[in-house]
Amino acid sequence: MRLDAKIPAGPIDQAWDTARFEMKLVNPANKRRHTLIVVGSGLAGASAAATLGELGYNVFCFCFQDSPRRAHSIAAQGGINAAKNYQNDGDSIYRLFYDTVKGGDFRSREANVYRLAQNSVRIIDQCVAQGVPFAREYGGSLENRSFGGAQVSRTFYARGQTGQQLLLGAYQALERQVDAGQVKMFPRTEMLDLIVIDGRARGIVARNLVTGRLTIHIADAVILASGGYGNVYYLSTNAKGSNATAIWRAHKRGALFANPCFTQIHPTCIPVSGDYQSKLTLMSESLRNDGRIWVPKRKGDGRSPDQIPEEERDYYLERRYPSFGNLVPRDVASRNAKAVCDEGRGVGTTGLGVYLDLAEAITRLGVGTIRERYGNLLDMYQRITDEDPYKVPMRIYPAIHYTMGGLWVDYHLQSTIPGLFVLGEANFSDHGANRLGASALMQGLSDGYFIIPYTVGNYLTTEKPMKLDESHPEAQAALKGAGQRLKRLLEIKGKRTVDSFHRELGKIMWNDCGMSRNATGLNNAIGQICALREEFWQNVTIPGSGDDLNQSLERAGRVADFLELGELICIDALERNESCGGHFREEYQTTDGEAQRNDENYSYVAAWSYTGADSRPELNREPLAFAYAHPSQRSYK
Amino acid sequence: MKLTLTIWRQRDRAAKGRFVSYRLDDVNPEMSMLECLDVLNENLSERGEEPVAFEHDCREGICGSCGFMISGIAHGPLPATTVCQLTMRHFKDGDELVLEPWRSKSFPLVKDLIVDRRSLDRIVQAGGYVSVSTGNTPDGNALPIGKDIADRAMDAAACIGCGACVAACPNGSAALFTGAKIAHLGLLPQGQPERDERAVRMVAQMNAEGFGGCTNIGECVAVCPKQISPEVLARMNLDYLVGSWKHRHGTVTAISPIIGWGPDET
Ligand SMILES: Cc1cc2nc3c(=O)[nH]c(=O)nc-3n(C[C@H](O)[C@H](O)[C@H](O)COP(=O)(O)OP(=O)(O)OC[C@H]3O[C@@H](n4cnc5c(N)ncnc54)[C@H](O)[C@@H]3O)c2cc1C
Ligand code: FES
Repeated sequence: MRLDAKIPAGPIDQAWDTARFEMKLVNPANKRRHTLIVVGSGLAGASAAATLGELGYNVFCFCFQDSPRRAHSIAAQGGINAAKNYQNDGDSIYRLFYDTVKGGDFRSREANVYRLAQNSVRIIDQCVAQGVPFAREYGGSLENRSFGGAQVSRTFYARGQTGQQLLLGAYQALERQVDAGQVKMFPRTEMLDLIVIDGRARGIVARNLVTGRLTIHIADAVILASGGYGNVYYLSTNAKGSNATAIWRAHKRGALFANPCFTQIHPTCIPVSGDYQSKLTLMSESLRNDGRIWVPKRKGDGRSPDQIPEEERDYYLERRYPSFGNLVPRDVASRNAKAVCDEGRGVGTTGLGVYLDLAEAITRLGVGTIRERYGNLLDMYQRITDEDPYKVPMRIYPAIHYTMGGLWVDYHLQSTIPGLFVLGEANFSDHGANRLGASALMQGLSDGYFIIPYTVGNYLTTEKPMKLDESHPEAQAALKGAGQRLKRLLEIKGKRTVDSFHRELGKIMWNDCGMSRNATGLNNAIGQICALREEFWQNVTIPGSGDDLNQSLERAGRVADFLELGELICIDALERNESCGGHFREEYQTTDGEAQRNDENYSYVAAWSYTGADSRPELNREPLAFAYAHPSQRSYK
Repeated sequence: MKLTLTIWRQRDRAAKGRFVSYRLDDVNPEMSMLECLDVLNENLSERGEEPVAFEHDCREGICGSCGFMISGIAHGPLPATTVCQLTMRHFKDGDELVLEPWRSKSFPLVKDLIVDRRSLDRIVQAGGYVSVSTGNTPDGNALPIGKDIADRAMDAAACIGCGACVAACPNGSAALFTGAKIAHLGLLPQGQPERDERAVRMVAQMNAEGFGGCTNIGECVAVCPKQISPEVLARMNLDYLVGSWKHRHGTVTAISPIIGWGPDET
């Protein structure tokens, strides 16, 4: 398939203006005649649904939680980037663009990233106007900090609850449109399939999670903002409900899935403590601004940290990367933590942990300042580990956190199915092979507030979707298919619980397709996943019925999809014979152990098409061209 | 450690509910309350029994999904902690914990420990926002906001909408939740133009949803996982009084004195 990214011709700094000018507008009086479906109420979905409602469209918005305010975006801690240059420290739109392309290890699309950097500035204005209580200086101006691999201070934040405050801003805007009758909200409702009619996305099949009822919703376009798929690894920093079902079903209906193997591992999470562990808790990496990361120099050093003298500590990030030190990007920090633990120098009972030590910062700045900056995080740490981080160095270890891959979209955020748009973490668009800190929130809001309102209008005027209703045979077939799948799941009545399958899948993924990958391991993983999937469909047990609230059934549907997606992730990782960003293939590294990209052969987006249950997915390539940010080896030394 | 969990089981709103006791012999003190329920649910599922339905998502104390009563206390005995962050080391070997859903007529039961809290969304719909559409906004730094005010607004905005305040209140009042939003927006300059109207409409909606009145008992503040300050109750009363005095047209549909009115049926 030829992939047309629809990037406007001309200089990159005018591309978005050009595109907006060329896009057709919808007559204001006609907007209310168009119904749009938005799946998801996170930053991307809520901002899109609210803005489309404000413009006068008729919007149906779906989420699986009991309220749109609970979307996973609420958990983001650290902050949101914007190229405001309020600190006068040399930031600019161009620099944010350049940092993001470089941080993504030259595997993202330049034009998209440039637009993201441009929009970043307006996002802050919008959020301030909504009443988002960003941190302020005494004089009343907005405060910034440097964050995750940036050398300028461009991160805006609201204590350690930036995602919460941004989401509440978008949620309130959404509720305002609900009040105005422009948006109809469907909470506790899960999309189970995409309805494609005459090659266009025309609606969804959704299940009411309380009554179990399946319904058809028809619209002129469908917008997916359903978040990332990190939970394919079972243990991750994502909310427990985060899942891939919406994008996976769309993939099976014809939307290409891009760069699935680009997954991000976050370096600073609380280490695993036992088998019952249900999720991993992130400690914002803003802690790396003030915390120093170290392990003992000696293998198997069992002494408590306060017994280890300064000269017997290895501040390995500061040692290996003198110019970035503890602030190297996430992939680099994570891999280095794994490396020192693999050498047997890890700390804690499991040996899978490194110290993040605030002692020096506390001496330099005082406890008060540290408490002000990180108080709620440190409280959370103490609550979970029963250790006092003001006195004892924190223990941290990497965990799956974010997925750069997702459904392939063009510059208009439209997938390969006309009329199906994909926003936020669910698409693959802006972060290449590695995302920089504080840029997911930026992307979600850029997509939802400032891009989709234009591009969806253009689609509606150029494509003029015809009238149809739920009696259409394709819609009825999708409804029937979704019902049969649920019935089949309930009828298996096997012996193993849904969670036990999910855990096992997670282990396979983490061991063979996690922080570092190699061909043997990946081939192994593919075999194991296929066998596990087969067993799942014969041996899973789902108590209860399909016609009331049944959380096992909800999870079973999601895990069934993860069991397919997991395989695709491994296939993609195997196919990409290079190391870049979060994708580290052991066979491809420099002599000093850094990732070795292969621009000659792999400077492309790998977009996979679904070809059927038992057939190998087909690879389509979108070549990447770099006219502005020239590919270099990322060096943080 | 060994624990007995006595849990409210109810298939749906129409069904009759009852307490069922489960013994757990191998509780790890490091696990969270929800992980403890996960373990129980795995056992139940393996036996083909229906697991206990409970709400949860982030498990980091921020989404507000989780919450139930543990032996009579909303979110359990540890202050400023949601059940997803409550580790079992805070209980003693041999303890019996009684788990019940939030009880409030404005939170209809869905199943087992899950209730329907959409009434809180409807309170926000009634003006819990700044009416600004996407697009035409001034530069973020055009409007200086003193750090004090920004911090106080943030304190109020930290509410996670879990509903513990309602469950803990003998009157079943949602005043802490409503007051938190009124205070957050009412403190900031962006919130001034609609300040009166917002308070009046949100309070009216709170009443229409059947939440009880606030009599300043303070149980809500004691259980609030985000330690929202009772100051927000005062702000709500102030804004509501000023608002209903100044705006005596249309919107004041359900006038009730804020302090001292009780539930409809006494
Ligand atoms: C702990 C943590 C901290 C983070 N901190 C930061 C940070 O500091 N800065 C930063 O930039 N990024 C951060 N991130 C990343 C960022 O939070 C996410 O990438 C971003 O919020 C994703 O937003 P979203 O709108 O795309 O999706 P989500 O917020 O995940 O929303 C998904 C929505 O889709 C709905 N949904 C999903 N599937 C279905 C379905 N089948 N049917 C119906 N509805 C469905 C859900 O109900 C939900 O409403 C963090 C992530 C984590 C896990
Ligand atoms: S599960 Fe999110 S607050 Fe407890």
